[in-house]
Amino acid sequence: MEPIKVLTKNVDKPNSAAIDTYIAGGGYESLKKALKSTPDEIVQLVKDSEMRGRGGAGFPTGMKWGFLPKDSPMPRYLLCNADESEPGTFKDRVIIEKDPHLLIEGMIISAYAIKSCPMSYIYIRGEFYKGAMILVKALEEARAKGFLGKNILGSGFDLDITVHRGAGAYICGEEMGLIESIEGHRGQPRVKPPFPAVVGVFGSPTIVNNVETLSCVPLIVEHGAEWFKSFGQPKNTGPKLYCVSGHVKKPGVYEFPMGVNLKELIYEHCGGITDDLPLKAVIPGGGSAPMLTPDEIDLPMNFDALMKAGTMFGSAGIIVMNSSTCIVDATWRMSKFFAHESCGQCTPCREGTNWMETILDRIERGGGRPQDADLLFDMTDNIGGKSLCALGDAACGPVASAVKKFRDEFMYHIEHKSCLPGTKRYRRLDMPVGAH
Amino acid sequence: MAHLQPDSPYATERYADTTRSVEFKPDAKAKFDALLERYPTKEAALLPALHLAQEEFGWISPEVMVYLGTLLEIEPAKVFGVVSFYNMYNQKPVGKHHVQVCTNLSCMIRNAYDIYDRCLEKLGLQPGETTKDGRITVTEVECLGSCGTAPVVQINNDYHENASVESIDKLLDTLK
Ligand SMILES: Cc1cc2nc3c(=O)[nH]c(=O)nc-3n(C[C@H](O)[C@H](O)[C@H](O)COP(=O)(O)O)c2cc1C
Ligand code: FES
Repeated sequence: MEPIKVLTKNVDKPNSAAIDTYIAGGGYESLKKALKSTPDEIVQLVKDSEMRGRGGAGFPTGMKWGFLPKDSPMPRYLLCNADESEPGTFKDRVIIEKDPHLLIEGMIISAYAIKSCPMSYIYIRGEFYKGAMILVKALEEARAKGFLGKNILGSGFDLDITVHRGAGAYICGEEMGLIESIEGHRGQPRVKPPFPAVVGVFGSPTIVNNVETLSCVPLIVEHGAEWFKSFGQPKNTGPKLYCVSGHVKKPGVYEFPMGVNLKELIYEHCGGITDDLPLKAVIPGGGSAPMLTPDEIDLPMNFDALMKAGTMFGSAGIIVMNSSTCIVDATWRMSKFFAHESCGQCTPCREGTNWMETILDRIERGGGRPQDADLLFDMTDNIGGKSLCALGDAACGPVASAVKKFRDEFMYHIEHKSCLPGTKRYRRLDMPVGAH
Repeated sequence: MAHLQPDSPYATERYADTTRSVEFKPDAKAKFDALLERYPTKEAALLPALHLAQEEFGWISPEVMVYLGTLLEIEPAKVFGVVSFYNMYNQKPVGKHHVQVCTNLSCMIRNAYDIYDRCLEKLGLQPGETTKDGRITVTEVECLGSCGTAPVVQINNDYHENASVESIDKLLDTLK
């Protein structure tokens, strides 16, 4: 399969973030077209495209929009999720920094489609300072051209967009955490239901969509639902950004139709494995996705195929590990992340993530007990599905899969109090572990 | 109540000292007022107001929490709850250059811990500490969303991508 340039068609242009570059390439024509249709027609178009959300859960976007209550007197909100905090994910940043107007146009059309109130927010992770500044500038340009503000292009539709910076918390990528964070609170997710579409930010019906999802909307309006479906497989449609990192020769963001073969992506497009070592494990959908072994990667990268393979497509953040990686150490690092990022609200996740980190660390340090592998596996069963939000499940993905698929290596580590020969730990055990 | 020095490990537990109250300068106050226009509630302006305050005052002291709480009509305890929840709000002063090394998986397997260890050893610091001259603070951080160019080190607002022990070593020397 050949790489495509659909979502990324502008990113290599000089001065790609400027509004003039965007307009010269046909930008904001979709907005003009959309404003001539009714909001319901746009919703139908997105439904027909069968697009599924690019934020992680893969929920059909048009269907989500359709869940907004028809009779609520409350204003409706559209929130763009630019938190991009799933480890291994760095695709939204490309759109934000290189083609911000694609996102802005997508937001205006989407806000029009869902009959949003006149204010919409982009929740961008605090570390993306550069991206936030680029968005602020792009929004000013869009206001100056009349694409934002009152009575946009004479349509009677009003909208402005505010960039809201997060402050370093993975959980604010979870839609309910994000909503709490916009309201000025700790980013502790609320219990669902009610879902955001019914009661979201400021007590109002709310749609949360990912940057890439919203950026697909102008393309769908321009080219139609059938065109969008011509990329990919049934129910897994559209162009898609894939992030490949770790032990590959050419890491980066790649655009393909939905469903590119994972093996082909790693070995052909990313140049294969660093140091020409054998492949050991692949995390296919961001840090929460269960690991795949080398014999499991000959599959199309889409929502359904990865679900069938017992993992998830998630954010399409592919982390590749070669044979030199100590799997206990890699699993420890993911657990450390989840323990640090647990919002602390519910017990299974707060306590469980910390215990998993502690146990993995003790195995790595040579203090593992024979029952630890089983204990870890058992713990994932006590956290997964029992936490308040999906962070608990996310934390279990890498641990359960690693223990299951690399059990021999865990047992070796426990028994010999050292890494499996040929593998190495990437940290020094004599250094203090960061208090961050 | 004993007065603790700002760099005391207990600084975050310090009560606000009313004799050390803070206030935005006029231009920062204007930015703050503009923030309020963007949200339907005052409370919602808290995160951006904290970012602004950190730019102005360098860190979020208990006095800053009380000040913002007054401006936004939020209990200072709630402000503290928010400040302590998020990683980016400094609850104690940090160095002029805040060196933040990502050690999450994609960076780790591209040797990020070597960079982190080098920073700590070169400057003689423990994690999160600041050099005596107030120049540099070193912390370990989680994935910065830049794994394709791992390892990544963030210094203040700037990303240094495809970093190496050598490149960061050199960079540290240039941080004045
Ligand atoms: C722990 C956790 C972290 C998440 N982080 C992100 C994120 O960084 N960016 C994102 O777009 N979605 C993230 N999500 C998914 C959101 O909750 C939500 O499903 C998504 O933003 C919806 O957008 P979509 O329908 O366009 O995919 C996360 C979910 C969980 C449970
Ligand atoms: S792992 Fe370091 S930037 Fe993602």
